[in-house]
Amino acid sequence: MSKNYHEKIEKSVGWMAILTVVAISFGTLVEITPLMFIKDTTTPVDGLKPYTALQMEGRDIFIREGCTNCHSQMIRPFRHEVERYGHYSVAGESIWEHPFLWGSKRTGPDLARVGGRYSDDWHYAHLMDPRSVVPQSNMPGYPWLGENVLDGKLTANKLEIFRSFGVPYTDDDIKGAEAAVKGKKEIEALIAYLQSLGTALK
Amino acid sequence: MSSFWSAWIIVLTIACIVLCTVLLTWNLKNHVGVPEGETTGHEFDGIEEINNPLPKWWTIMFYATIVWSVFYFAAYPGLGNWKGLLGWTSSNQGITSLAESKAAIEAQKLAGTPSQLDREYMHANDTFAKEFAKYTSRPIEELAYDTQALKVGQRLFLQNCSQCHGSDARGQRGFPNLTDNDWLYGGTVDKIKETLMYGRKAAMPAWGEALGEQGVKEMTAYVLSLSGRKVNDNDAAAGKNKFGMCAACHGADGKGSLAHNLPFGAPNLTDNTWLYGGSAGSIETTLNKGRNGVMPAFKDTLGEDKIHVIAAYVYRLSRPDDTK
Repeated sequence: MSKNYHEKIEKSVGWMAILTVVAISFGTLVEITPLMFIKDTTTPVDGLKPYTALQMEGRDIFIREGCTNCHSQMIRPFRHEVERYGHYSVAGESIWEHPFLWGSKRTGPDLARVGGRYSDDWHYAHLMDPRSVVPQSNMPGYPWLGENVLDGKLTANKLEIFRSFGVPYTDDDIKGAEAAVKGKKEIEALIAYLQSLGTALK
Repeated sequence: MSSFWSAWIIVLTIACIVLCTVLLTWNLKNHVGVPEGETTGHEFDGIEEINNPLPKWWTIMFYATIVWSVFYFAAYPGLGNWKGLLGWTSSNQGITSLAESKAAIEAQKLAGTPSQLDREYMHANDTFAKEFAKYTSRPIEELAYDTQALKVGQRLFLQNCSQCHGSDARGQRGFPNLTDNDWLYGGTVDKIKETLMYGRKAAMPAWGEALGEQGVKEMTAYVLSLSGRKVNDNDAAAGKNKFGMCAACHGADGKGSLAHNLPFGAPNLTDNTWLYGGSAGSIETTLNKGRNGVMPAFKDTLGEDKIHVIAAYVYRLSRPDDTK
């Protein structure tokens, strides 16, 4: 009887764990690890600016309200997307995103370049009641955003965390963060965030 | 990509393929020490594990995917800096500005290796550019009476403009009605095209602090009186005295900047068209907080060819019955 390797691996938790990690790590090592170091994915586009304190709060509201469940932020290099939304998304636009909000559920339109596409007034009307401006829309309304007021208590912490990820915030940015958002409505923060999307690639 | 990371990817990828092949081949032989088709001795609830060989169809498919991967990696980019024998690219991911993107596209076209996306565009241009060329070579006034051009214009309008101006183009609160021949920045073909290309930014300042509560009330009365509404005459007279600060944009007669050939987009206050509502309450809000209507620029999004056709559609909207 030859040595039964199957049995040996199946009955030893240590070997099983080690070989499982080896088996699943190829993809990670090849597809993810180099992205953290190569120039293409670590160079910001020329016009990239860190989110202002207000935009940062807006981004968190975007995440909190689950906007990514229906809206992607990733224009793929297909003509039908580029014609509708603008230049396809490039890596240098996302390098200060932690985490990125590319998404993949495309129920609503892609928002990667929605900045400047509509006026602030339109966004206000649309977020409060989407059907007031687009009768066919099936997006829910978010009227509470027009009531909730930001206190800015955690804003500075948020910027600091992003700085620890390598986003170039200055001490002044962080010091002024609370004052920059305090008393603002949530909807203002969200609109500021939306209006910033995709405007860095010029 | 640096040669280190390129080598890293190539070595690991090839190692993975080789290891898969070795593992699969090794497993084709019986290494369990139990004859094929007999029980391994593992049994639970009366269910026995039999030592069966790997199914043949499955094994063949596994080998086929390995062979496929070899050809695929030879033909397409994937192994580090290897560009693939076909020279195929989807797009230019490493760019950092639009100028760089354009330069990369030109360079690829010159080299005869446009990316997948650019080939899609070239194909579309071959098909549609001549259609649009038929329109762009003609003046907008003429296009506005071309049924085919209007159809194209309507499609483009519905896709890009209806979100604010409505699918019937009659606008809504804060977004102008385009069918009433009442214009803020001008209804000539040139002005319509200019608005579409470069956008507009209205700037009605907030006068709440300067005027005070009573002042806003008086000014509201005067503004309402301009369009013939019944108001408190004393309030209106008081408002009229302060109208000088409004006159810079709306004109001393309140007929709006367009009537005086000024480019501010300040509405005519003497007619009964109201962008933000004509009630006393709405006008008070406008005076207190100001209004900053924005028409986005579409030059980069749509390009001049499409805007030319949309301009014809918009021009015609306020002349529905007119025939030429």
